[in-house]
Amino acid sequence: MENKKLINLSHISKSFDGELILDDLNLYIRENEFLTILGPSGCGKTTMLRIIGGFETPDAGQVIFDGKDITKLPPNERQLNTVFQKYALFTHMTIADNIAFGLNIKKKSKQYIQDKIKYALKLVNLDGYENRMPDSLSGGQQQRIAIARAIVNEPKVLLLDEPLGALDLKLRQDMQYELIRLKNELGITFVYVTHDQEEALTMSDTIVVMNKGYIQQIGTPEMIYNEPQNAFVADFIGESNIISGTMVRDKLVNILGANFECVDEGLGINKSVDVVIRPEDVDLLPPEKGIIKGRVTSLIFKGVHYEMEVMANGFEWLVHSTDLVPVGQEVGIWVDPFNIQIMNKPESDDEEAVGVVDE
Amino acid sequence: MRERFKRKMQTSGVFRQLLAGPYIVWMVAFIVIPLLLIAYYGFTVKTDDGLRFSLSNLTLIANPINLKALGLSLELSLISTIICLILAYPIALMLRNRNVGSDSFVIMIFMLPMWMNFLLRTIAWQNILEKTGVINSLLSVFGIKPLNLINTSGAIVFGMVYNFLPFMILPIYNVLVKIDQNVINAARDLGANAFQTFIKVILPLSVPGMISGITMVFVPSLTTFVISSILGGSKIVLIGNVIEQQFKFLGNWNAGSGLSLVLMIFILISMALVSIYDKDDVKGF
Ligand SMILES: Nc1ncnc2c1ncn2[C@@H]1O[C@H](COP(=O)(O)OP(=O)(O)OP(=O)(O)O)[C@@H](O)[C@H]1O
Ligand SMILES: [Mg+2]
Repeated sequence: MENKKLINLSHISKSFDGELILDDLNLYIRENEFLTILGPSGCGKTTMLRIIGGFETPDAGQVIFDGKDITKLPPNERQLNTVFQKYALFTHMTIADNIAFGLNIKKKSKQYIQDKIKYALKLVNLDGYENRMPDSLSGGQQQRIAIARAIVNEPKVLLLDEPLGALDLKLRQDMQYELIRLKNELGITFVYVTHDQEEALTMSDTIVVMNKGYIQQIGTPEMIYNEPQNAFVADFIGESNIISGTMVRDKLVNILGANFECVDEGLGINKSVDVVIRPEDVDLLPPEKGIIKGRVTSLIFKGVHYEMEVMANGFEWLVHSTDLVPVGQEVGIWVDPFNIQIMNKPESDDEEAVGVVDE
Repeated sequence: MRERFKRKMQTSGVFRQLLAGPYIVWMVAFIVIPLLLIAYYGFTVKTDDGLRFSLSNLTLIANPINLKALGLSLELSLISTIICLILAYPIALMLRNRNVGSDSFVIMIFMLPMWMNFLLRTIAWQNILEKTGVINSLLSVFGIKPLNLINTSGAIVFGMVYNFLPFMILPIYNVLVKIDQNVINAARDLGANAFQTFIKVILPLSVPGMISGITMVFVPSLTTFVISSILGGSKIVLIGNVIEQQFKFLGNWNAGSGLSLVLMIFILISMALVSIYDKDDVKGF
């Protein structure tokens, strides 16, 4: 992505009741990007979005939009629109009036507004709903109206706060595709908040992983998934085996008393590290062929694969495989060196965030 | 299977009706029977050979004195309802924005007068407004001539507003706190400034609260006789006073009941008007 930087959050801090929620946060959002802010509940995602939207003022730092400082600008003067988590439709107005709200404020012509309503309803697949009241729509339909109401204003940026949080799985997946389609059709920047890692991986160009008010990692979905920068990211994005280890030398790490080949260099000798191995990267072989031996302790059929737990050298390994290995069977564990991720052990939350914000 | 299901439904229906029993008894005893009695007295007159059906009690309202009292009642209660609305709305809005849920102290301040006896409050104001009352004594200290405060329409309106204001604040406050902050944020987000947000979102969403507030102030104002006799003296007569006199001093229960029925019709009409406006309003914005 080499588009221009549209929003720049610079040294943003925010506390509530003396508790630091966002700590010296820095982030670029590029034009035309689908950027997802991902993190566990309470980590400050909504607060960050509210600061961008203008519903909250940071205690320190600046929000730069298209080169201008908008930190103190009220929401109605910002060129961005928000889709709220619980729809926040105007229940006393028809669907058409809801969608027309922003355009009426801007005193657009009747014809223009009519055309826009029609266009927006078509875009969200709800033609003919003009005269319905919001309460008579299903949750998914209301959410789509909330999106239509925002996009008719042609914002440069659309802020979405867990817009699919209240929908069931099937509808959520459908809406994910609709949102991607919408984004491509409209060509605007999406800033999307979620705590669902799968949703983030599916939809985003860029993922920002947050924890406790700090940015943990910024990157493409592939980067975040394949090369997590610390144990928190690895654990939060998909399932993984996170094991403490020690570097024996370059390209060799000792975990659970055995030496595993890896591809990482320059971490130092005898350094404590976190080792991340994805469950699908653990290969189960006959006992004598593995690096360490273990025994299968549980087996669950998950549809596309089997999920097994293997007790080996005192650690319960999570393994995903299309081959079934029955419970009780002795196996050998082997991991391809390329699939072993090695990370420095963080000493504190602060350290987790260090070195992540540089572009 | 279906039969059994149906039977179960029926028995549970009977059971539910049984639960409603005490309430029905209460309603009959304290609402239906008194209403029937008023209707019975209102539609009859005493003659030498017993009671006779008649509409003459109702047509008493056409008597110029009574008509004038009714007109004045409508006028003063309308004025006090409007004043209450104008005063109550900003207070309710302020209470909402302060998010009083946690410190209900502010709301208590406004509700405090309600905990005092209604009669006491009104008599207290009589003492304050009197010719030789608190205000005029204070004024005389500064050499200002005593003002004619008591026994005026203004004093009655003041009494009504003072007594019934909480009944306007509470229902409006109740609908205002239920408006989701995100809905207000959404309006701001879509470009509305604070004033536009108020006119287009907050005000229409609070109409139900205003309607119940109007009802709760207008009806007691229209029927009051205590406020008008304490603060209005004997010269200003409201329809409530006319009815009170029929019952208490003239002993003519038939005439009093007849006039009450007429007043009830006026209340029903005004409530119907208000509720029509309610429906139009919510859709129309
Ligand atoms: N207005 C406020 N007053 C006090 N504390 C607040 C306020 N808004 C947020 N917080 C606190 O800030 C922290 C972060 O809240 P935020 O809503 O940003 O979390 P989030 O990441 O969006 O979580 P979720 O995924 O649950 O929505 C929480 O601990 C919350 O209690
Ligand atoms: Mg949130």
